[in-house]
Amino acid sequence: MHNLTIDGVSKSFDGISALRDVSFSVDAGQKVALLGHNGAGKTTLMKAILGLQGADSGRIEVLGSAPGSARARASVAYLPENVAFHSALTGREQMRLYLRLRRQPARLADDLLDRVGLGPAAGRRIGTYSKGMRQKVGLAQALIGQPRLLILDEPTSGLDPVARRDFYAILDDLARGGASILLSSHALTEVEARTDRIVILSKGAVVADDTLIGLRAQAGLPTHIQVAARQGAADEVAQRLSAGRRNGVMVELTCTPEDKLARLGEITALGPLVRDLDVVPPSLDDIYEHFSRRAER
Amino acid sequence: MSGILGFADAEFRIALRNRWVAILTVTMALFALVLTLAGSGPTGTLGADQLSVTVASLTGLAVYLVPLIALLVSFDAVAGEVERGTLALTLAYPVTRWGVLMGKFLAHIAILAVALLVGYGVAAATAFGLDPDAARGLEALVRLYWSSLLLGASFIGIGYLASTVARRPATAAGLVIGVWLILIVLYDLGLLAGVVADDGGAFTTRVFPWMLIGNPADAFRLFNLAASDATAAAAGVDGAANSIMPLQALASIAIWPFAAFALAAWRFRRIVP
Ligand SMILES: Nc1ncnc2c1ncn2[C@@H]1O[C@H](COP(=O)(O)OP(=O)(O)OP(=O)(O)O)[C@@H](O)[C@H]1O
Ligand SMILES: [Mg+2]
Repeated sequence: MHNLTIDGVSKSFDGISALRDVSFSVDAGQKVALLGHNGAGKTTLMKAILGLQGADSGRIEVLGSAPGSARARASVAYLPENVAFHSALTGREQMRLYLRLRRQPARLADDLLDRVGLGPAAGRRIGTYSKGMRQKVGLAQALIGQPRLLILDEPTSGLDPVARRDFYAILDDLARGGASILLSSHALTEVEARTDRIVILSKGAVVADDTLIGLRAQAGLPTHIQVAARQGAADEVAQRLSAGRRNGVMVELTCTPEDKLARLGEITALGPLVRDLDVVPPSLDDIYEHFSRRAER
Repeated sequence: MSGILGFADAEFRIALRNRWVAILTVTMALFALVLTLAGSGPTGTLGADQLSVTVASLTGLAVYLVPLIALLVSFDAVAGEVERGTLALTLAYPVTRWGVLMGKFLAHIAILAVALLVGYGVAAATAFGLDPDAARGLEALVRLYWSSLLLGASFIGIGYLASTVARRPATAAGLVIGVWLILIVLYDLGLLAGVVADDGGAFTTRVFPWMLIGNPADAFRLFNLAASDATAAAAGVDGAANSIMPLQALASIAIWPFAAFALAAWRFRRIVP
């Protein structure tokens, strides 16, 4: 059962096409990353999913209901990009408001703020918060109730590394509980490790939609293997593997994903000549670049 | 309902911390004090008690200050949320747009009620200190209080309308200052010019009274002056006051808050966050 279905959605602003025939779906318990260049249409798509800005054509179904319907809104959480709360309210007061809007007891405000690490600042005005602290208020409100679908627009922007890790840990909890998560991001490395599937938008169109492993296979980008040879044996290792020598000890070779296991076999066959080895698969950066380049052509 | 109250609570706190509201409340209290002390002459000759005289001067003050406070708390209501990006978030919650605006409306009326309580309270306390007979004017003061709230509510609605039209706080602020100037200052001058130019013609007898009643600020002044015993004490403020039924003026200030709010709510529906 899909928690979110997007089917052939298009949208244009005064003749400029922001979304072109976008289709994909998100299942319960799935974390999907929405990637794409600035102006690719990520925010536009999210607003269409929330029913804030209707699409021109196509169909969106949110938890079996229409986007923006009362039923959908009751179980969808949203974090807009660059959200700034009223500076005169304290973090606690702001959370109390959002709790009441979801018909939850207002006393949960402190627990939620604690969860994102804002406990000590709960009684201070948001105007005195740092950028990352303000972002955390946004995250905290997205955790209210038991949302079954979370739409998070660049949720980790402005967060420090520890806060990011904590944030993804919270998302893991939610996903384990059956929530679906769609998040956009420009921080590819964290998305790589923390999401189940990746959708890449380019100029409003979906150019890739797969797991990271699937995308790697589709892209067919070479894997790098770095072999550390025994002292003085670098030349022999390089010759026997017919690869290039990088320096006195390191030998570097590239291979297609299908050749990888065969090559590793060859390397282990060298026995004592090899001291260590590293396999460096194409990073999401490489894959992302591949798909965006291909879309441009 | 819990959503509406949530908004009312949050907005009340915001307005309470709004420096403008504090400044205008203090201004109002000071003016009220000065007006009361200045009016504490030989009132006995006019047969009016101290409080009634104070109410008459407060009416003139309220026409300027109440709309100003109302517009200053309300202009940010929609435009501010659009600019901060919280409107998209708010509307993603299970609330209606009508409920969002209604919550703010309740809070802003409440803050106005507090500000007026302080301002008028200072005046009343002083009047009672000066004149043991002041209790006779209590009825007029109570009337001034609730009609001021209606006047304020009208301008809060007008402020929301400006906020939805402008979409940006800075523009909305400029717009409400313009609205205040036009409705409170220029409108009367224009009417006056019309009456003078018309020289007792059809405009003066047929159109003018209705135009006066149509403006909530003028209707508010007419209602209070016509209904108060102190009309005589403030004679000459509005020559037309006697020719128009206070009931029609009352109808005008009672209808305005609803009309202005409904118009703002209708405009708000069209805003895409
Ligand atoms: N309200 C609007 N009016 C006109 N054009 C718009 C509007 N909103 C978005 N667009 C256009 O739609 C396109 C997609 O914008 P969108 O905000 O969805 O990009 P994005 O992928 O979120 O980018 P970023 O990574 O910078 O946040 C852009 O070309 C943008 O100019
Ligand atoms: Mg965006």
